[in-house]
Amino acid sequence: MISDITTIIWKESREFISMRPGLRGGWTGLLIILAVFGILIPLQSGIDWLSASTTVLMWAWLPFILVNSVVADSFAGERERHTLETLLASRLSDKAILVGKICSAIVYGWGITLIGILVALVTVNISNWSGKFLFFPPLIGLAILFLSFLVAWLAAGLGVMVSLRASSVRQAQQTLSVAFLVLFIPLLLLPLLPEEYRGTVQGALIGIDIQMGIITAIIVLVILDLILLGMVFQRFKRDHLILARD
Amino acid sequence: MTAYAINTENLSRNFGPIVALENLSIQVPVGSVFGFLGPNGAGKTTTMRLLLGLLSPTGGTAQVLGHDIHQEAGNIRTQCGALLEHNGIYERLSAENNLEFYGRIWRIPAADRSARIKELLTNLGLWDRRKEPVGKWSRGMKQKLAMARALFHRPKLLFLDEPTAGLDPAAAARLRDDLEKLVEFEGVTVFLNTHNLAEAERLCQQIGIIRAGKLVGYGSPSDLRTRAGKPQLVITGTDFSDEVITEIGSRPGVVSVDRNNKRLIIHLEEVIDTAPLISLLVGAGAQVEEVTKSQSSLEEVFLTLISEEQDKVEPFDDK
Repeated sequence: MISDITTIIWKESREFISMRPGLRGGWTGLLIILAVFGILIPLQSGIDWLSASTTVLMWAWLPFILVNSVVADSFAGERERHTLETLLASRLSDKAILVGKICSAIVYGWGITLIGILVALVTVNISNWSGKFLFFPPLIGLAILFLSFLVAWLAAGLGVMVSLRASSVRQAQQTLSVAFLVLFIPLLLLPLLPEEYRGTVQGALIGIDIQMGIITAIIVLVILDLILLGMVFQRFKRDHLILARD
Repeated sequence: MTAYAINTENLSRNFGPIVALENLSIQVPVGSVFGFLGPNGAGKTTTMRLLLGLLSPTGGTAQVLGHDIHQEAGNIRTQCGALLEHNGIYERLSAENNLEFYGRIWRIPAADRSARIKELLTNLGLWDRRKEPVGKWSRGMKQKLAMARALFHRPKLLFLDEPTAGLDPAAAARLRDDLEKLVEFEGVTVFLNTHNLAEAERLCQQIGIIRAGKLVGYGSPSDLRTRAGKPQLVITGTDFSDEVITEIGSRPGVVSVDRNNKRLIIHLEEVIDTAPLISLLVGAGAQVEEVTKSQSSLEEVFLTLISEEQDKVEPFDDK
């Protein structure tokens, strides 16, 4: 099973790379993301960036976008390009195919997020060098690691569910964009609220114990991720996939 | 090991109220080529999917290489190769990576994988282009690559859905030669879905003809011709008068007579003594150059069997 999963990851990684041939093919977008999140924002925020709760939110939000950008292509794309049936006619089990594809999307989204975090740490250290390496406070560091991973997993699960129902990669990506807006639009709208409401919301947020908030977020995400995983395992069956629209 | 690579008994599949396959019973001996013929939507693809364990049957049983399709589908897929309706090639990847991926799937050791990739791509004349993304290739080249992928792990049973579609005549002929060698020297069994009746006639030891989910003809090509086709007499010559053609058409055992340029085709009810017919023609002043007795072609048999069922059921589109 493990070797089958790594085989799928091997193939998916090559497909991800070939999706972006050259700088103009999409690597530029990825470099811009790394430049903004890894250099620009940490430079502007300075040393406070290491301990700000917004840092946690930012790094938890990024893998959602990154995973979304590949998961639809991996699932809906395989059907759209008529390669799924041949893959299903091989000796691979449904589970190996599913887990391999989910892992590929998570490795991609979470991996790039981790690279971004490393770049950001280097940026903060270079711009504020005090003779010793500056790092996140343990709670913030752990929260970033866990939450970004769990959000990548959430995005992968949602991506699979949407892709299995979508008739094309484009339709899956559009639906996932809507899901993204629904999940994150409250954060984007916060600055636009009238001042008295904004003050109330900010007061409530400040009042939250960060440690409790992080633990609660992790628990909620783990539950959501497990539910989604159960649902995708239920739906990703050869019979369903063969009879789905192609 | 069972004598049959495929053995089905009343295999059926419904999609809601629609019957896609009804009571299919066939036996395909090991080391033979079985041709499955039928119009679009007849149930050929559904049958292939059932035999590969991609769909579950709603009735009947089937064993493929001795394994039950419902209980042991994984074992079946492990020993089979498939070139399905769509070639299943990853167009963003190179030919080398396409084969490398499937080599890994079949758990072929790295050194053997590389050697096999080189062997197959060289045989197909694709080795020099192994690094290119396959999306830039012609349809025929992709089809060749898909064939290489299906053969990569040396399967015991090969499912091929229109394998020569998109190939130029020379490439199609080469592929047919390769298939014959594969069956003859390596004992591979081939289950071939095709519309190409000449291909089926040349390659297949057994043929099944399916229409609207029902098997309407089954046997060797010569059996089918004997059972479903009628004998005919083809006379090449000149000066065939209308009177003599009418006279021949009225003789016992003659079904009909067609005139086509210098050819007179006499369709017979059964094999009869045809010497009196020739004498009649010559006596009426016809100049006879050549006389040939023949059976109906597989195409005629196919059309006869299909047309008998034509109006009974609307076909189900299983694609």
